[in-house]
Amino acid sequence: MRNRDPGRASSAPPRREGGDRDWSVVVEDGRAKTNEPVSSAVAEPEATTLRHEPHEPPRQQLPTKLFEKRTKVHNKRIDGPFRRFKWFVMAVTLAIYYGTPWIRWDRGPYAPDQAVLVDLANRRFYMFGIEIWPHEFYYVAGLLIMAALGLFLVTSAVGRAWCGYACPQTVWTDLFQHVDRLVDGDRNARIRLDAAPLGPGKLAKRTFKYAIYLVISFWTGGAWIMYFADAPTLVRDFWAGEAAPAAYITVAILTLTTFTLGGFMREQVCIYMCPWPRIQTAMMDEKSLLVTYKDWRGEPRGSVKKARRNPGEFGDCIDCLQCVAVCPTGIDIREGPQVGCITCALCIDACDRVMADIGRPRGLIDYATLEDCEKEANGEPTPSPYRTLLRPRTIAYFLIWGSIGLAMLFALGVRNHVGLSVSPDRNPPYILMSDGSVRNSYTLRLRNMESRPREMEIAIDGLPGAVMWTDMGGRDAAARTQVKTVPADEVLTVRAYVVVPEGASTQDFDFTVTSRDE
Amino acid sequence: MADKRIDEPTGTPTVGHEWDGIEELDTPMPRWWLWTLYLTIVWGVVYVVLYPAWPLVDRATEGVLGWSSRGELAEEMSVVDQARTTIREELARIPVERLPENSELFAQAVAGGRSAFQVHCSQCHGSGAAGSQTLGYPNLNDDDWLWGGDLKAIEYTLVNGIRAPGVDDTRTSIMPPFAGAFERSQLDALVNHVLSLDGRGTSSSAGAQTYRDNCSACHGVAGEGNRELGAPRLNDAIWLYGNSPADIRAQILDPRMGRMPHWSGRLDPVTIKMLSAYVWSLGGGEELVEVAENPTVEVDAEP
Ligand code: SF4
Ligand code: SF4
Repeated sequence: MRNRDPGRASSAPPRREGGDRDWSVVVEDGRAKTNEPVSSAVAEPEATTLRHEPHEPPRQQLPTKLFEKRTKVHNKRIDGPFRRFKWFVMAVTLAIYYGTPWIRWDRGPYAPDQAVLVDLANRRFYMFGIEIWPHEFYYVAGLLIMAALGLFLVTSAVGRAWCGYACPQTVWTDLFQHVDRLVDGDRNARIRLDAAPLGPGKLAKRTFKYAIYLVISFWTGGAWIMYFADAPTLVRDFWAGEAAPAAYITVAILTLTTFTLGGFMREQVCIYMCPWPRIQTAMMDEKSLLVTYKDWRGEPRGSVKKARRNPGEFGDCIDCLQCVAVCPTGIDIREGPQVGCITCALCIDACDRVMADIGRPRGLIDYATLEDCEKEANGEPTPSPYRTLLRPRTIAYFLIWGSIGLAMLFALGVRNHVGLSVSPDRNPPYILMSDGSVRNSYTLRLRNMESRPREMEIAIDGLPGAVMWTDMGGRDAAARTQVKTVPADEVLTVRAYVVVPEGASTQDFDFTVTSRDE
Repeated sequence: MADKRIDEPTGTPTVGHEWDGIEELDTPMPRWWLWTLYLTIVWGVVYVVLYPAWPLVDRATEGVLGWSSRGELAEEMSVVDQARTTIREELARIPVERLPENSELFAQAVAGGRSAFQVHCSQCHGSGAAGSQTLGYPNLNDDDWLWGGDLKAIEYTLVNGIRAPGVDDTRTSIMPPFAGAFERSQLDALVNHVLSLDGRGTSSSAGAQTYRDNCSACHGVAGEGNRELGAPRLNDAIWLYGNSPADIRAQILDPRMGRMPHWSGRLDPVTIKMLSAYVWSLGGGEELVEVAENPTVEVDAEP
């Protein structure tokens, strides 16, 4: 499946035998778009005869299968700077995910003391010192826009770094692959175990492994619901069987999806189900950082022994396939940039290690931009890859992203914690009273966004001679102002009746609200 | 055109078509994808067996579970009714004039009354309870009450109706028609006097005399009305059938007298109580005169 992507052929050396005219046109086009050195390397007939593809023998017959079986990925353990960085990101992201709901935040007696809480029942969203009400949903929209732009920003600066390190699918797949390694052993042991018939030993190992998968999956689903209720209470209720049915259903669904997506589907999610790689592919250009196999340096491939026998005839790649063995998506990066590569850079770690062992310079597989590849292949000096951070596109994304963030912070800073909305009754539009005065009614909503009860004074601004009373005070209390106590963190709905005496002129007026404790 | 062949570099057969030199690989489906398709088919079959699915002429196949959206609705409604029973029981226990003391229950009653009003009362009094002057339905938002505007009086009116046929306790009164009773000039003077009662126009002694002789027994010397009889106040700004001289003249000569159906037996006492609370809450409701000040009014003790 993965290895049959036609786009791949752009940088893969075409096989000699049976070269079809149509095909060569495609290859030429693709090659022209990438870089020259590839074609020059390919032009050597030895380059293709040496090609070694033990993992995917070419097919010569029309297969009649309706589906293709997934080739299971048994990725090998590796150590190196990128692997260690991946460990670090994994630890941080998992800690954030599992830990955040447990951070406490004192908001006084009237509001929950959970730092991050999506309180759906009361329609409040708490995030540390910030509290968002439903009418302020644009903050959430702003956060989503920032998240999207953030992805663009990261992609323009460091390519698919999101995919390689921070995407939940990547993190959990990585976690489950570690479980595989822990229970079944490393690559070779796992391949052997897969091939072995199902005996008691294999059964025990499988059961144990799936049990660990299940625990992790369950824990993942469990952590999710903690964001929607007070975490310690929810844990207790959950085990006591007293939590809301939605909690159990959510945990069940998330357990199931984590178990299948992280435990079994893994790289297939990235390759077949996720839309992001497709969008990202379109967002890349010749200045984007990619994990690249430097074929002008590596090809033609040959073992150390062969290279020693024929000096100058072989490239640096010794075809040891370490880069393929460690790849979590099971692809061969030497076939060129491809949608299956999540740029986790584990192949860089693997190849660097091989190069160190045989005493050749590191970086046969490395982070590079297509532009740098071309320069390097032509023997020109290449600037530092960090320069891609400072190109106009990245800076533009950063400025847009940052200004949205600043605008939201500013809006948060100046927003009002007291609010009043007025809706006049239109049915009937006015009422004539027996003494000839005219009465209008209004529904007032007094909003108290602070977590303490507050006294608020509503007043009539304009309309001389008018008085008002409310359904919570009675006509005896008719006056130009009314004082209401609005409970903490709530909206108080009051009906106000405004009366003007007979003969008063009609004019516009305002309701004003002031909190008396300021 | 349609000759399938193996694509060399990938080893995959093509679909056998070519568009502008581009061919498509006949890549097989992943296994999980196919299984998902099969599962959806199985699910479809299971669904058709379990739930109503195939439309017939006048209904649909029933499904072995016997589920229907109507049944589900009925179930949900009964759940809501269950939840309401406690409120209704409490409302049944409390006399209507004590309702405002329990602000929570009162709010519930007003809310229930609002929806009952839309179903049973809005046809005449309008959805905003503003009534209609042309048709003679009183505005319930104002503070002018023909028969009294405290909670008990409103409830009584709702239970027994006004001039409701066949109801012994209904509120009833008759304004006699005066057609042919007055000279033309006498009538004009009377109309002028009535207009002067709410501060418009000037009265003459003849008009005042005619009023005293014919009208004051019910409407009061100063036009203050009489709630015992349901005689409207004439010295206020509110005129049920219009306040122009022609309207008043017409009302003297050939009076219109409104009718309201009685609701006892048609609505349960709790609903009537809720309606009373709603009408009372519209802004013109009157306080019940306390027993001490007015011994003729009884306030029920709390049960
Ligand atoms: S690890 Fe390096 S040397 Fe080994 S096959 Fe991969 S690219 Fe070649
Ligand atoms: S090819 Fe290399 S960078 Fe890409 S996914 Fe595989 S190991 Fe990671």
